[in-house]
Amino acid sequence: MLEVKTIDVRFDDTQILYQASLAVSEGEIVAVLGPSGSGKSTLLRAIAGLVDISAGDIRWEGATLSGVAPHLRGFGLMFQGYALFPHMSVADNIGFGLRMKGQSDPFSEVATALELVGLAGFGERTIDSLSGGERQRVALARTLAPHPSLVMLDEPLGALDRNLRQRLVEDTHRVLRERKVTGIVVTHDRDEAVALSDRLVLMRNGQIVQSGSLAEILGDPADEWVREFLE
Amino acid sequence: MKQIRWGWVAVATVPTVFIGYFYAYPVARILALGLSELNFGASGVQARLFKVGWFTLWQASMSTVLTLLAAAPLTWAVSTYEFRGRRLATALVTVPFVLPTVVVGTAFLALGVGDSIWAILAAHVFFNVAVVVRTVSTLWSRIDPSLQEAAHILGAKEWQVFRRITLPLLRPAIAAASSIIFLFTFTSFGVVLVLGGFRFATLEVEIYRQAVTLFDLPLAAALAVVQLVGVSLALYLYSTYQERKTVSWTLQRGSNRRKPTGGAVWMVYAATVLTVGLLAVPLMVLVSRSFNGAFYRALLVTDPVVGTPAVAVRNSLLFATVAMGLAMIVGLMAAAIITRRKGQLSRWFDMVLMLPLGTSAVTIGFGFIVALDWPFDLRATLWLIPIAHALVAVPFVVRSTVPTLRAIPEDLRGAASTLGARPWQVWRHVDLPIVSRAALVGAAFAFVISLGEFGATSFIARPTTPTIPTMIFRLLSRPGETSFGTAMALSVVLAAMTAGIVMWIDRAQAGDIGRF
Repeated sequence: MLEVKTIDVRFDDTQILYQASLAVSEGEIVAVLGPSGSGKSTLLRAIAGLVDISAGDIRWEGATLSGVAPHLRGFGLMFQGYALFPHMSVADNIGFGLRMKGQSDPFSEVATALELVGLAGFGERTIDSLSGGERQRVALARTLAPHPSLVMLDEPLGALDRNLRQRLVEDTHRVLRERKVTGIVVTHDRDEAVALSDRLVLMRNGQIVQSGSLAEILGDPADEWVREFLE
Repeated sequence: MKQIRWGWVAVATVPTVFIGYFYAYPVARILALGLSELNFGASGVQARLFKVGWFTLWQASMSTVLTLLAAAPLTWAVSTYEFRGRRLATALVTVPFVLPTVVVGTAFLALGVGDSIWAILAAHVFFNVAVVVRTVSTLWSRIDPSLQEAAHILGAKEWQVFRRITLPLLRPAIAAASSIIFLFTFTSFGVVLVLGGFRFATLEVEIYRQAVTLFDLPLAAALAVVQLVGVSLALYLYSTYQERKTVSWTLQRGSNRRKPTGGAVWMVYAATVLTVGLLAVPLMVLVSRSFNGAFYRALLVTDPVVGTPAVAVRNSLLFATVAMGLAMIVGLMAAAIITRRKGQLSRWFDMVLMLPLGTSAVTIGFGFIVALDWPFDLRATLWLIPIAHALVAVPFVVRSTVPTLRAIPEDLRGAASTLGARPWQVWRHVDLPIVSRAALVGAAFAFVISLGEFGATSFIARPTTPTIPTMIFRLLSRPGETSFGTAMALSVVLAAMTAGIVMWIDRAQAGDIGRF
């Protein structure tokens, strides 16, 4: 179980997150939904350990993550824009996390991950040669291959065009369920959030506004902005 | 909840200690020694300093003005016109710029024009024409032509357009080129020593004479202080000028060179052929005279006084390899700090690492013999030579790798670390493979700098372990046709090695554009 307790994040003199709190129980997928610039990505980066928090605490299974470096947290993060390594093949990208765990030749796991995202046989391809949709799948496979205890997806379909998104939402949803992951999905798209998650968390200007299922929130919106944003 | 990253502290320590002990500390010792000499030294000191300082300033200013004039015709041709041979001409005039100073000195001696102030000025022009052509033409070829057309329509004649529109717009590039040339010629050592001997002593040569042949270290230090002040002043004036003069106007994205027509055709070709031809003369004479006798065979003959010239080639290759290794270790660590850590520390690092570039090589070599007797006496070790070369080369390694490292999206590193890579593994698997090509270019620069370095080496190389440049100088100092011929042959060997590596760098850099 992940517990984010009233964290602040600031860069120099601008504050990005204000007292943000969030809990994700095992096997649950939470969607963090909000307009761009609301601090969603920063929240994920703070949980991953890529940015320092200036107040509050983040706990995993009851133990604080303060002072734990990103590579020791055992979490997976799929980046907006994917961050695929341009100098490595598809297979080397997907196998990277397993090799970092000390596995010298993670061939079968890479093959399984490629199959999971429907790209069997793509292992030797270069990143250059992939289409946008293929890159999204490789990034997803790379994130899932080391079996992270928490999976975070930052705008997983953000960079794709509309038709492709609808198809990939279903695929991504299926993959996440098959792996029974505990996860956080960050998105600005309401339909995507609903399709991929069990519960919504609404974010605005660095603060968490409301949390619950779509029906619950619409039944009792915290304020006028929430109602308008979800309609 | 900021925490100290001990790994980064360790990485920062290496370049800090290297620059601190081998650069900052020796310079501080020179300052201390030189300032006390200026205060308490013999009465004749100030007059001597003034005379040498004045001559240094005069020859540097003359060299700068003459280079601007000599480069003007070719700069005009390659900036305004697209013609066959334009790229080749630009590449050819760059050849002198990369040649070691001792080679250029020998080439002018081969012409038979040594031992005069004009030979020194001519050699400085020969060296630096490329600086003007390259710096000014990149700007000139991109000036929006509608500015000049507008002036025409308003009634300006061709030369008025040049004087009132083009020239003012080019001022920042001309100022940049001039200050680079001024710095190079103000700190020129090899050329002046080879062509003028001690008769035309610049500050650099005088420091060498006082320190190495007369053993007057305090006076040499006082000269070095004057030299440091001069260089700092030039750099300061340049940077304030740059700040005041940073006018931006719409530059064209591509160049707008046009085909020459009518009388312009002749002028373009005359400018190109004359400039390239004149620059080629010293080198052609050097090469042809070096084959005029059994001089290459003499490279292998052991002379009781100078030793075996070919041994210097082996020494230089060894020193260059070690210098390259040191420069890579220090330079890549520094580049990692500059690009990965944000804030004051990294900016400070960036600036401090460039300092050895603005300092003359003679000051670096002199600093070694003044200061490196503490805490251990290192002055007798052979390591000093590659260390001095690495000091000069580190800025080049940093400059060739930092832009590539900066261009790596931060998310790639974040992705690697969330996938379980430790900080050094992130560097090993993400930064290093992406930067490897640029790092190779930096390594080649370091190698070529070490091969041709003369100023610092002349202070610290021992007679038993000469490098190619010090061997050439030793051969030139001996009377006799065979010695001179052997010096020419060795110069040609060094020039060929240098040119080969520089050509490789040029191709590697061109191929690098647009990857990742």
